[in-house]
Amino acid sequence: MAIKVKVVERPIGDVSYIRATLKGMALTMKHLFDVTNRATIQYPEEKSPISPRWRGTHRMLTTETGKAKCVACGLCPTVCPANCIKLVPGEDEEGNRYPLVFEIDEFRCIFCGYCQEVCPEEAIHVGRHYENSEYSREGFVYDLQRLMDQSHPVCEMWDPEDPKGE
Amino acid sequence: MSTLRFFPALLQAADPNLPPVSGMVFFIATILKILIIFTIYMIGIAMLTLAERKISAWIQDRHGPNRVGKGWLQPAADGLKNFMKEETMPEGVNKPLFVLAPLLSFIPALTAWCVIPFGAPLPTRWGRIDMVVADLPVGFLFILALTSLGVYGIVLAGWSSNNKYALLGGLRSSAQMISYEISMGMSTIPVLLLAGNVSLNTIINQQAWGGWNVVNLTVAFFIFMVSAFAETNRLPFDLPEAESELIAGYHTEYSAMKFSLFFIAEYGGMVTASALMATLFFGGWDVPFTARDNIGPYSGWLTLLSIGIMLAKMLFFIFLFMWIRWTLPRFRYDQLMSLGWKFMLPLSLVYIVLIAAVMLGLSAAGIEPGLMYAAILGSMNLGLVIVLFAILDRGRIISPAYGRMHPREIERMRQLDRRRSMTATRAGEAGR
Repeated sequence: MAIKVKVVERPIGDVSYIRATLKGMALTMKHLFDVTNRATIQYPEEKSPISPRWRGTHRMLTTETGKAKCVACGLCPTVCPANCIKLVPGEDEEGNRYPLVFEIDEFRCIFCGYCQEVCPEEAIHVGRHYENSEYSREGFVYDLQRLMDQSHPVCEMWDPEDPKGE
Repeated sequence: MSTLRFFPALLQAADPNLPPVSGMVFFIATILKILIIFTIYMIGIAMLTLAERKISAWIQDRHGPNRVGKGWLQPAADGLKNFMKEETMPEGVNKPLFVLAPLLSFIPALTAWCVIPFGAPLPTRWGRIDMVVADLPVGFLFILALTSLGVYGIVLAGWSSNNKYALLGGLRSSAQMISYEISMGMSTIPVLLLAGNVSLNTIINQQAWGGWNVVNLTVAFFIFMVSAFAETNRLPFDLPEAESELIAGYHTEYSAMKFSLFFIAEYGGMVTASALMATLFFGGWDVPFTARDNIGPYSGWLTLLSIGIMLAKMLFFIFLFMWIRWTLPRFRYDQLMSLGWKFMLPLSLVYIVLIAAVMLGLSAAGIEPGLMYAAILGSMNLGLVIVLFAILDRGRIISPAYGRMHPREIERMRQLDRRRSMTATRAGEAGR
């Protein structure tokens, strides 16, 4: 027994084959010659703009004398949810604390930005930068010197006065 | 044969009644023609893959390949990659057929080219060289015979792969290609009736005097074009491949150059179909509004010009193939079958009878082929096209179409439903 298919009479404008085909072809032709509105961003040459609050590769800020601003208070390894910051505090002759070892494993980091928020000296920052590739896992462990050598702009933290970052 | 002596001869006009070359010169000329055409054909197909990717990219607001040599070397890079890839041979394949299938789909597409004339004859000091590899008297029949062999490649590929998707693709392709071959052959009969011959050069000459066939036989052209799309397995008829349903259809199990051969075959089929459409319906290599290219005196420039014209027409159709591919979605299987059998085949049969009757009537009325003849055919054609497309536009011929419903229609259906449910409850109460 054949299955009964309910066929609905519809206005020709809705079911027209030829009109729909021509309409579609006109549309594709329009896009074919629409040279100025290409959606592609030619990545290595062009980059799409990133937010001022982008949280990427870390950066350690330095004082005028070129030393790290870090005072080895130990807040960032404590707050870090991914446990990716290794800090060994040291103390110089004048009694100033400084980090003997400061390493961040960028591979473990989840880029939450808590370290920047918690830092009392505004020393450690997450940066507006995302292009980090290495040949080995060990290469992703950034030591203090490497963190100080980074030069990209740092993340602007969320400001309650200006919630949309304008 | 120094080129220095050859070139002045290329430019001067020659005697119109120059005999064709014979003997050793014919042999050498033919070999040269084969080599040149084969080279241009293969490079052209490689560039067509680039064109396809570029056009698809532009249509989708992208840039397309633009890295390897600004994009121009992309086909070379693809070819190199395909040569270096591993040749996979899945378990349980029928080895001889598995290897033979790509060849079987590639060779017919390539061979069909040897009877298509692509330019005005070239005069040389040894005689006239026809711009066709083999000027067969059965020209068009040879093409029909060869292109229909292409289905074997696809079916055998599907069958020998030992893969259910490949088999389904092969089955679909055999059904599709055999269905559309009939209407394709039938649609060209009015053209052959007008020309009174199956030789492609005669068809071109007839169009040079009587106007392009597309003006007089638009319906035949329409059927031929749709069938050509189906024959080359291009969208909207790519059911044998159907990426979204059958992975890749018949070439699922193929890799490396064997896979490439299927692609070359597809593009080769496209080139051949474009050349056929240009030859049968758009005047082929004929230079419009001049008669010198048809009766001579011939010259080298004329040959070049006519080759350029043929190329331009072919490129237009190739572009049309790609444009349609990136615009229209795939047909459903039942739509494909009903379009082929319920619409195209009867239409082409009726059209043959109609054209034959008109031709008979015109010759009985004593109207010779010429301007009047073409005008009568053309005006009849215009009326026919308007009626046909008005019917086709309703879409119900192909299949019930699913579109947005008209509010009045929804209201009518609701009323129908209400009435039906009322009678159903009444019947239920009576039964209780």
